[in-house]
Amino acid sequence: MSKFKKKGDGDLPAISTASLPDIVFMLLFFFMVVTVMRDNSLKIANELPFADQVEKLDKKELVMYVYAGKPSERYQKQYGTEARIQLNDKFASVNDIRKFVLEERRSRREELQNKLITALKVDKETNMGLVSDIKQELRKIDALKVNYTARDGEVKMNQ
Amino acid sequence: MGRRKAPEVNAGSMADIAFLLLIFFLVTTTIETDSGINRKLPPMDDEKVEPPKIKERNIFQVLVRDDGEILVNEEQMDIADLREAAKKFLDNGGGKGSLACEYCQGPRDPKSSDNPKKAVISLQNNRKTKYKSYITVQNELVAAYNELRNREAKRLFGREYTQMVKDFDNPDYPGNIDKLEEEIKLIKKLFPQKLSEAEPK
Repeated sequence: MSKFKKKGDGDLPAISTASLPDIVFMLLFFFMVVTVMRDNSLKIANELPFADQVEKLDKKELVMYVYAGKPSERYQKQYGTEARIQLNDKFASVNDIRKFVLEERRSRREELQNKLITALKVDKETNMGLVSDIKQELRKIDALKVNYTARDGEVKMNQ
Repeated sequence: MGRRKAPEVNAGSMADIAFLLLIFFLVTTTIETDSGINRKLPPMDDEKVEPPKIKERNIFQVLVRDDGEILVNEEQMDIADLREAAKKFLDNGGGKGSLACEYCQGPRDPKSSDNPKKAVISLQNNRKTKYKSYITVQNELVAAYNELRNREAKRLFGREYTQMVKDFDNPDYPGNIDKLEEEIKLIKKLFPQKLSEAEPK
């Protein structure tokens, strides 16, 4: 029965790495699924102020974003240095907010439409005039829940 | 001639390719949740409805000027003192009779607010006020409310109000969620957040 006799070389067999790609692929798919690509590329400076009484905004499906701030350097020639509003991917004026909110509402599930929160991501150097205009516009269209998005930190760092 | 086997494709570099992709996604991933100060805007007022009359002593007027200076009831105040001043105002409890406030621990100054339920903080700003000054003030005022609510929650339920709110949002909260909601409502009633944001002048 020499057919079944083991060959007697004393070497340890090499550890098979054949399953390594599988493991890595698994991780890869996890990160691919979890990754949220930034859907808005910012065209404005957007350094948020600090605050320490912040609440988390984790129900993503309820949030719509309104950005405001000075146009970034590359757009300054075209749009000037005065702070502007950005909705989705475009610069917008105060009057566009109405349309934007209506569109956002329409794109959400019906039961969520009244619960939408507007996250105001406003650069800390922006004048309140613009912010007030946005707020006024939101009030007109009855989008009353707002969130002044801020970084968690001492307010002293704002100075 | 024996049939030759098709040569096996070497899969050794597969791991490298996958690693490369993996690292790319690792770097680009931002698992960020935004956070900020939640506020509710007042509904658009009807022109016909007269604004309710509020006694002057029940108003704590905060004006943020262009340069970030703060005027409280027309007197200058340092931002560091604002939180305490707002707390003192809200917690004053100077009212008598039906307006009396049993749980207030303030100085009961008859010239300051009657009752936290009557006390209104009015926040005003100019058009040229910087957003960061505004947020700083907003933060301090919200903090004043939160600290007072924490105090009452600790007295009544033995834990902080902010923790209760956090628990309420936590879907895995082990306790009774309905009871928690009632408790939060009760605290909110003791110190209702009456923070009005007037339109800029």
